[in-house]
Amino acid sequence: MTAAPPTTATALDALGVLESEAIHVFREVAGEFDRPVILFSGGKDSTLLVHLAVKAFAPAPVPFGLLHVDTGHNYPEVIDFRDELVQRLGLRLEVAHVQEWIDDGRLVERPDGTRNPLQTTPLLDTIAAHRFDAVVGGGRRDEERSRAKERIVSLRDAFGRWDPRRQRPELWNLYNGRHAPGEHVRVFPLSNWTELDVWRYIAREGVELPPIYYAHRREVFRRDGMWLAEGPWGGPRTGEEVATLSVRYRTVGDGSCTGAVESTASTVAEVIEEVAASRLTERGATRADDRLTEAAMEDRKREGYF
Amino acid sequence: MTDLLRFATAGSVDDGKSTLVGRLLYDTKSVLADQIEAVRRASVDKGLATPDLSLLVDGLRAEREQGITIDVAYRYFATPRREFVLADTPGHVQYTRNTVTGASTAELAVLLVDARYGLVEQTRRHTAVLALLRVPRLVLAVNKIDLVDHDEAVFAAIAKDFTGLVRALGYPTDQVVSIPVSALHGDNVVERSPHTPWYDGPTLLEHLETVPVTGPEADAPLRLPVQYVIRPGTVENPDYRGYAGRVAAGTIRPGKSVVVLPSGGTTTVQAVDTADGELAAAGAGHSVAVRLTDDLDVARGDVIADSQRSPRVTSELDATLCWLADTPLRPGARLLLKHGTRTTQAVVTALHDRLDTDALQHAATELLEINDIGRVTVRTADPLPVDDYVVSRTTGSFLLIDPPSGNTLAAGLIGAPQLHLDPPSDPPPTPGP
Repeated sequence: MTAAPPTTATALDALGVLESEAIHVFREVAGEFDRPVILFSGGKDSTLLVHLAVKAFAPAPVPFGLLHVDTGHNYPEVIDFRDELVQRLGLRLEVAHVQEWIDDGRLVERPDGTRNPLQTTPLLDTIAAHRFDAVVGGGRRDEERSRAKERIVSLRDAFGRWDPRRQRPELWNLYNGRHAPGEHVRVFPLSNWTELDVWRYIAREGVELPPIYYAHRREVFRRDGMWLAEGPWGGPRTGEEVATLSVRYRTVGDGSCTGAVESTASTVAEVIEEVAASRLTERGATRADDRLTEAAMEDRKREGYF
Repeated sequence: MTDLLRFATAGSVDDGKSTLVGRLLYDTKSVLADQIEAVRRASVDKGLATPDLSLLVDGLRAEREQGITIDVAYRYFATPRREFVLADTPGHVQYTRNTVTGASTAELAVLLVDARYGLVEQTRRHTAVLALLRVPRLVLAVNKIDLVDHDEAVFAAIAKDFTGLVRALGYPTDQVVSIPVSALHGDNVVERSPHTPWYDGPTLLEHLETVPVTGPEADAPLRLPVQYVIRPGTVENPDYRGYAGRVAAGTIRPGKSVVVLPSGGTTTVQAVDTADGELAAAGAGHSVAVRLTDDLDVARGDVIADSQRSPRVTSELDATLCWLADTPLRPGARLLLKHGTRTTQAVVTALHDRLDTDALQHAATELLEINDIGRVTVRTADPLPVDDYVVSRTTGSFLLIDPPSGNTLAAGLIGAPQLHLDPPSDPPPTPGP
């Protein structure tokens, strides 16, 4: 049926291919842009990004800084982890606090209290203020269907908008990052990774993550089919009963709309087993913001969201 | 070890490609409950009796509204044998450029045709692009086989036509497989069909799982475009200098004799570094940092190559262009050319002809329009180390970029390959899977 396979001396396995691809993308960013920045929240995908950036430029330090758009609706464990990692690696971290935009009236709190959609304005303002020309994010194409159409290097216009109908064709591994002054590109080195790839790589590399990714006991309450935790964003309303359960987080976002999943997976190996057997996608299981409409993510991306 | 196969799908509008991809994901249990539920809800809203699997893959609002696929969508699934990256490319005529995009990184392409209509103009155009881009393997999925009563003769005739087409395009026919499928009912996609007892070849998934992942061969000549120079200048590493890049072809190992192009300085490899330590050898696809024995002037844009079998260095290229922009190519226009890690100015000095994908002939032309494939001569401001595209996909390819807008205008393949355009009346080859 087919010819014998050509021999490759040092063939890479699937994770090796994905790692080399991500490192290649990081080095292109360093080679082609003047003011890159990595979006870093302390979540698993952005932690993996930083891990790969370190590997791409070793033994030299990572030649870019980090940016966190902080909704203020955080888990203390994640912020502690973020600050510890930044200090350990000697990186520069810029934090844009959504609260400051609310305080001075540039943003208005939403009736539902969710701040995920509010991140877009502080993100774009900070990109403009620092004249960042390449903004590297941990978005993956397997997360959501509008993300499935995203380029690895993706142009944003002067208003930060994504226009899916005017995307440049992305050919071979030749990334075209040319942009006019005021425009920038978003770069997604993890484009081709799945949630399971991320976890298998975390296991293989021994990447440390915030503890809330592993099973722990937490007081949670049920809303919109998700287990939410009490926090600065509020707590249970009348009629929403609080239960103490063994849970973990599959994604970490704004606390008001990120749900925990019931889990006893307390090690990387157990998480991999759980993710492999899961019958729900990570966003379907844990993100209220993607359930708003059929095209919720597409709409946010068009406005300049991550 | 789980390996990874990148493949692309292509087909015309209404060939059922989204349904096929949806079926592949659904039957490999790669679709999770919340995604199925979303499709069920949307199908009910549209008044459909059964879930429309194509809704799994049509991502953008305009696509769902118009029922067409606009842009390349990337899908991921895995079986115990292999991980798959699927570039699902649209069939609508004005978006053929997406086929080029999906095919440029694919190791295999699945082309769909409707069993009722056989090869149509779109099929010829897509096949020409896939053959030109040297996608290493092709699968023809003859879909909607249920609508021709699972007729073996219909399938055999289409398979024969296809083999004739790829032969005419100079593509190796032994890398082509045809499979009768019904994406709607799942026949021969993942599960073997009881309705095609005359077909004894693999199902689509069986084929995808077992076909060798083709990489550049280990003994191919070394090509490593330099992306970045790593110079820590730190107390721990005051003198370290590593040339960072991803091996495009061949194998790099310490002691290897190399040439740095375009300058032409020769030296040997001192070490092949990664963050995890030094390697004894690194093959195609591996991102490494290379230390050289001699202190040469090496920068981003240079290529580290096999000193015995090196690329040619030239500022005049014969090339084939896939024109991807709405504005046509005007010979003489000043453009940017991106080759490997180097971008330089370029002028298309001559437009020789365009490919007529229906007649499978080169035809004289004054301009290249969107979706056209044409042969040109390009002059570059800087000399480039190049290979023919058929030898190396990385050092044989380039982009043409519009300087004011930065938009990608064309995919360029070095070498203006002779497509061996035999007349279509060539003696018909033996049909069959």
